[in-house]
Amino acid sequence: MRPDHRAAGLSDAEYGEIVRALGREPEHAELMILGVMWSEHCSYKSTRRLLSTLPTNGEAVVQGPGENAGIVDIGEGWGIAFKVESHNHPSAVAPYQGAATGVGGIIRDVLAMGARPVALLDGLCLGEKSCPEADALADGIVKGIAGYGNAVGVPTIGGKTLYDRCYNGNPLVNAMCLGLVPIDGIVSSRTARPGQLAVLIGSRTGRDGIAGAAFASSGLADDTRSSRPQVQIGDPFVEKLLVECCLEIHSKGLIVAMQDMGAAGITSSSSEIAAKSGTGIRIDADLVPLREEMETWEIALSESQERMLLIAEEGALEEIGSIADRWQLDWAVIGKVTDDGLFVMTKGGREVVSLPAEMVGGGCPPVQWPSCKPSAEAEGQERPSDPLDPGGTERCLFTILENPNLAERSRIYRQYDYMVQTNTVVPPGNSVSIFRVRENRSLVAVTMEVDPWKCSLDPFAGAAETFLKALRPLWVSGANHLGMTNCLNFPSPEDPGNHWILERSASGLAAVARDLACPVVSGNVSLYNENPSGKILPSPLVAVVGLQDCNNPPLRDRESIEAGSVFLVGDIKGTLGGSAFSRIITPGAEHKPGCYDPSKEKDFMKRALKTVRKEAASAGRAIAGGGLMTSLAKMCITADIGIGLDSTVLDTTPECLFGEWGPRAVYLVPERSTELFLSCWEGFPVRRIGEITPGGLTLEGHEMLPEETRAGKAGRKL
Amino acid sequence: METMRTSVIVFPGSNCDRDVMHAISASTGTMTDLVWHEHRTLPRDTGLVILPGGFSYGDYLRCGAMAAKSPIIDAVIKHASSGLPVLGICNGFQVLTEIGLLPGALLANTSLDFICDFCHVRVEREDTPFTGHYRKGEVLRIPIAHYEGRFYLPEEQLRTLEEEGLVVFRYCSPEGVTGEDFTPNGSPNGIAGIINRKGNVLGMMPHPERATESLLGSLDGAPLWGSVNSWIRGRLGE
Repeated sequence: MRPDHRAAGLSDAEYGEIVRALGREPEHAELMILGVMWSEHCSYKSTRRLLSTLPTNGEAVVQGPGENAGIVDIGEGWGIAFKVESHNHPSAVAPYQGAATGVGGIIRDVLAMGARPVALLDGLCLGEKSCPEADALADGIVKGIAGYGNAVGVPTIGGKTLYDRCYNGNPLVNAMCLGLVPIDGIVSSRTARPGQLAVLIGSRTGRDGIAGAAFASSGLADDTRSSRPQVQIGDPFVEKLLVECCLEIHSKGLIVAMQDMGAAGITSSSSEIAAKSGTGIRIDADLVPLREEMETWEIALSESQERMLLIAEEGALEEIGSIADRWQLDWAVIGKVTDDGLFVMTKGGREVVSLPAEMVGGGCPPVQWPSCKPSAEAEGQERPSDPLDPGGTERCLFTILENPNLAERSRIYRQYDYMVQTNTVVPPGNSVSIFRVRENRSLVAVTMEVDPWKCSLDPFAGAAETFLKALRPLWVSGANHLGMTNCLNFPSPEDPGNHWILERSASGLAAVARDLACPVVSGNVSLYNENPSGKILPSPLVAVVGLQDCNNPPLRDRESIEAGSVFLVGDIKGTLGGSAFSRIITPGAEHKPGCYDPSKEKDFMKRALKTVRKEAASAGRAIAGGGLMTSLAKMCITADIGIGLDSTVLDTTPECLFGEWGPRAVYLVPERSTELFLSCWEGFPVRRIGEITPGGLTLEGHEMLPEETRAGKAGRKL
Repeated sequence: METMRTSVIVFPGSNCDRDVMHAISASTGTMTDLVWHEHRTLPRDTGLVILPGGFSYGDYLRCGAMAAKSPIIDAVIKHASSGLPVLGICNGFQVLTEIGLLPGALLANTSLDFICDFCHVRVEREDTPFTGHYRKGEVLRIPIAHYEGRFYLPEEQLRTLEEEGLVVFRYCSPEGVTGEDFTPNGSPNGIAGIINRKGNVLGMMPHPERATESLLGSLDGAPLWGSVNSWIRGRLGE
């Protein structure tokens, strides 16, 4: 009996298109497969057109979007493969397994490029700490990341965590992996040829995560427990074996093409290889090692974890088998590459599925949802705020530092093994995470940002600022950006207001990518992040990979120096729109968001890089959340130094002390380097705003960081 | 001149094997073999055997329990009984207790969290093959990364262990003061590493291989490799 196409997740129009293209009605298994493959999660049907507007070319780009991960060139024949991917819906239902399998999935994406996974980062948008359900989700998510990442032996070197009520039932888990790959050893999914074999390596296939991709393509139900069977179960031990096994097989030159089995399992991995290679593929369901009795369509769509699909020549089979045996992994030839352009699945010798490979993966017609500027879009004017008195400034700073969004994160990252592989040079808890690449003696820097508050105020400017907030710390540390990856986390695109915000956010990212020449090399979209009690704020997440100038050590965001000056570069005032100050101290106040000036950002970049090249500063920190005072407080607390601010230079408005947006940074400069530092910034706004003192952070003689504020904020010294 | 040759045992799920190899090579320039757990013999001329950190067999069942039954273990036991040094780091320490080469067990940290961080340990003995280049009382800054690192031994046996001076490393403050406050995992008496009576099998939770390069934040683990190298060269020279 054939189920209704709507139950399979297909619209009437999509079903009509299938019947037209096939010239017949699809069979049951075919319908189930197309329902999943044409889901938002797999087909990107709502955003494909939008994503095509993102700039993807650049000097350092070796591989742009379209493969399992993007790759940038880091010199001497080495590349870094990287991508971020969401696992939001599963984490809302089963936080530990949802987050764990998110980490596992992104590791396999990078592995599929032939790269050794060398670093992980996680972007977490979590519900309020005061909400017990949200807090339990948060705890499970962190434990899941730790449980998987630690066991698999890939260090979690950084990320971004924030808290807001909108994520109470809709937590976001965006996992990022970076892998190291020799450029002449990159594996592609486009290189299969007829006659070659499809080999499945890894876990046996079971009934877990069936149609998980379709589940991730709609809003969450009120009772998330009913969705549990759609969440996959991870086994980091098998993943570790799978990584080593596939890399060993690859090192012998035995892999023609490779694809991880994530969403939609065997179907997506095999049909994608066929479609991209311009071939067909014939899978025999009877050859797939199973954990339990399963229907053919279930075998086709199972999202059992820790499986890879390899395409190999028949002659390589013996050696592949012996390597997999040694790693104690199940493996099986499950099919063959054909020349008919069809994705075929057989069971008992009968063709159960026969669809054009192109149609399975790429055939879903794009959807153009209506788009309309929401009327609630803030049109507020930035009104000058009243200056703060010293007592008021201290109270504001105290309140901001107390806020979970500004607090230090050692409670989280101490649960992650961030040192395994012994390459972590700058660990989590810093503005930038940096790891060393032994193979070419280079340092790779990574940042991750998401700022839903700025994006909800103005999606274009907010997304642009999110991107710039990821770029500026890289520059300040002395790294040149090479490329970015992103995850577009949004609610349902079917709502015209939501869709307009999504479009504007993507435009903001595209603008910065173009203006600052930081191409998009990979990415992911997660829509329908909403449940009956609410939807998430627009949450585009950006991660940027940069290469440190190998002639200079990276500039840290803290340093315990005994004497010297504190300089502010950039405008004296920031903007309060969407800032921590306006959110925490003056909620309800309307502030117009800032907008970015490309030439000023470029100028800032050149000077920041020059500052590191000339070794003109001891520490530097791009001003971000919480503004100037928060940046200074964090420098004082983490490096255990004092700063005496000069009130004749600074003004005491919230815009100056707590404003955000735009290229601004604070530097600690030893006396002997003052002239050198000033020469780096000549022609850019630069002010000496204070000096290093034995203790405290003082403004007009008033202590801004009394002992009780410092206590408990210091976290762990690393 | 003969030099140390190290065998690092690789179990399925080991993940500090290559880190140890790099650290030894960087600080002593000596050779290391990665030895697959299914082998039954160690490479000829093996001086030091290391059971590295990681999650052997996924830490399923019980940390180190499955690795302790690997084919290579007989050779490791034979190596230890010949008086040559065996070092278990983190998961390797857990494996050594499961084999019975060291007493006790490693239980979950009192916080019930995995903890990855730099900590400080005090060197309690300088008369072992692993600590000859340290001074007794010296404080090392060295990372830990484990969920099960709280050493356990019944009270009476723990007293004997202490009386016999078998504790080699103890968690402490940067100044060398020991106590609960400076013990990250709740280990009794701040125990971070112990040695067998014969003095050639050392188990430790901290990772010396993660403290062997100044670029990574500490060089305090490097003398450990130098110590074993000197000890083995001394023995070979006999």
